[in-house]
Amino acid sequence: MQDPSTGPLATQATSSFTEHLQRSRPELLPFNQTLPAGTVPSSPHATTIVALTYAGGVLMAGDRRATMGNVIASRHIEKVFPADQYSVLGIAGTAGLAIDITRLFQVELEHYEKIEGTLLSLVGKANRLGAMIRGNLPMAMQGMAVIPLFAGFDHVSATGRLFSYDVTGGRYEEQEHHSVGSGSVFARGALKKLWKPNLTEEQAVAVAVEALYDAADDDSATGGPDPVRQLWPVVYTVNRAGNRRVPERDLAAIAGAIVESRAIAGREA
Amino acid sequence: MTQQFYVSPEQLMKDRADFARKGIARGRSVVVISCADGIALIAENPSPSLHKIGEIYDKIAFAAVGKYNEFESLRQAGVRYADVRGYSYDREDVTARGLASVYAQSLGAVFTAEQKPFEVELAVAEVGLAQEQDHLYRLTFDGSIADENGFVVMGGLADQISDVVSGAWEPELGFAGAMRLALRALATDKEADALPATAVEAAVLDRASESHRGSRRAFRRLGPEDMTQLLTEEA
Repeated sequence: MQDPSTGPLATQATSSFTEHLQRSRPELLPFNQTLPAGTVPSSPHATTIVALTYAGGVLMAGDRRATMGNVIASRHIEKVFPADQYSVLGIAGTAGLAIDITRLFQVELEHYEKIEGTLLSLVGKANRLGAMIRGNLPMAMQGMAVIPLFAGFDHVSATGRLFSYDVTGGRYEEQEHHSVGSGSVFARGALKKLWKPNLTEEQAVAVAVEALYDAADDDSATGGPDPVRQLWPVVYTVNRAGNRRVPERDLAAIAGAIVESRAIAGREA
Repeated sequence: MTQQFYVSPEQLMKDRADFARKGIARGRSVVVISCADGIALIAENPSPSLHKIGEIYDKIAFAAVGKYNEFESLRQAGVRYADVRGYSYDREDVTARGLASVYAQSLGAVFTAEQKPFEVELAVAEVGLAQEQDHLYRLTFDGSIADENGFVVMGGLADQISDVVSGAWEPELGFAGAMRLALRALATDKEADALPATAVEAAVLDRASESHRGSRRAFRRLGPEDMTQLLTEEA
């Protein structure tokens, strides 16, 4: 613990957990490392995330696969996380770094809330995440990029909002829907056809699961619904009341209905 | 060149302790009560924004009396300590005992080494799954630490308030009962029977936050409406 009696406290005081770590425990940050020359051995990569707005909120869904080259590294990985009560983030890219950046981001938001006694604004949260991704740029240049997708409920405008990022930390607000990761191209195509204004929450969850189904259909690094192991995408919705994880039971029914309707159609998708 | 007079260490420590006690005695009191629903923290505090009670971590809360700038810096340092610890190990590894001992060291070091001791008294509370697992620590300005059973009372009229609380405290109290008891106890030097809900700052550490609210963060601040609603409940 920093001794509160020493030094000019006011200059040391920060509401940012990342800044605090940078000053006192830089070795704990997931980035900020200088890597020796050479190539990094292959490591698990997280793949497709989709997010879309609906009437009164926004939702995010991610498949359950992580790949390492041509090998499936994990069938159970979760890539969508609640960031705080009113926002969620999903990650694509190097899984090890991405999960640590997510953890850091979660602590960052909670830390601010506890120190300041108030929540950060949604855009404030989005900017903090951008700064972290920029911090990871040296690692990205070694081939270990992390690309998040961020969504949350904005209490000022009373809508769900969606932000995408590039490796340099650039933050871009997205309208209607967006996807990141290896299967994002295919998911995006599906979303363009399936998304409509003023979807209800149930419809929106079905759209997200179907977009991931289409991504898994064409991208080998994206996992589809797995009825053998009972694995379904991870879906979080965020609305005025906060974030909520859609129960496995509902997802099993939705995924089942999609597979069934496709089987009945019996077409080449 | 002026020569410093010799002051015996006993006298020096006594002077410092008296100074700190005087500062704390001026402050309004705080009551922390462990009850069946969790831990209730109530502070007499007319300001709705300058808090004496704060969240430290999932199951840990902080309450203080004394000088605002001093305990606020201690609170922030506590939040930093807990967040760094939870981030580098795991959330489960953050305990009130660890935090209280770090506070004790900081307070002790300031008491002996600095120009003036901190004029604060702190309580660190951790809610457990069962009432026997609740922890209440009281820390005084010189760094001494006490593990309290059932409740902690700090501030100017701690002794009188403590008498009222110990007379009526029982483990079966709910949040409503604990709040009523605290409001009654905090009014010992007033003419009223109990303080109005608007004159206090209140928060709870909810034992069942995970099952009731789906949140691992047990700390919840109670606004005036929450308090009114709670106090109209049956005891």
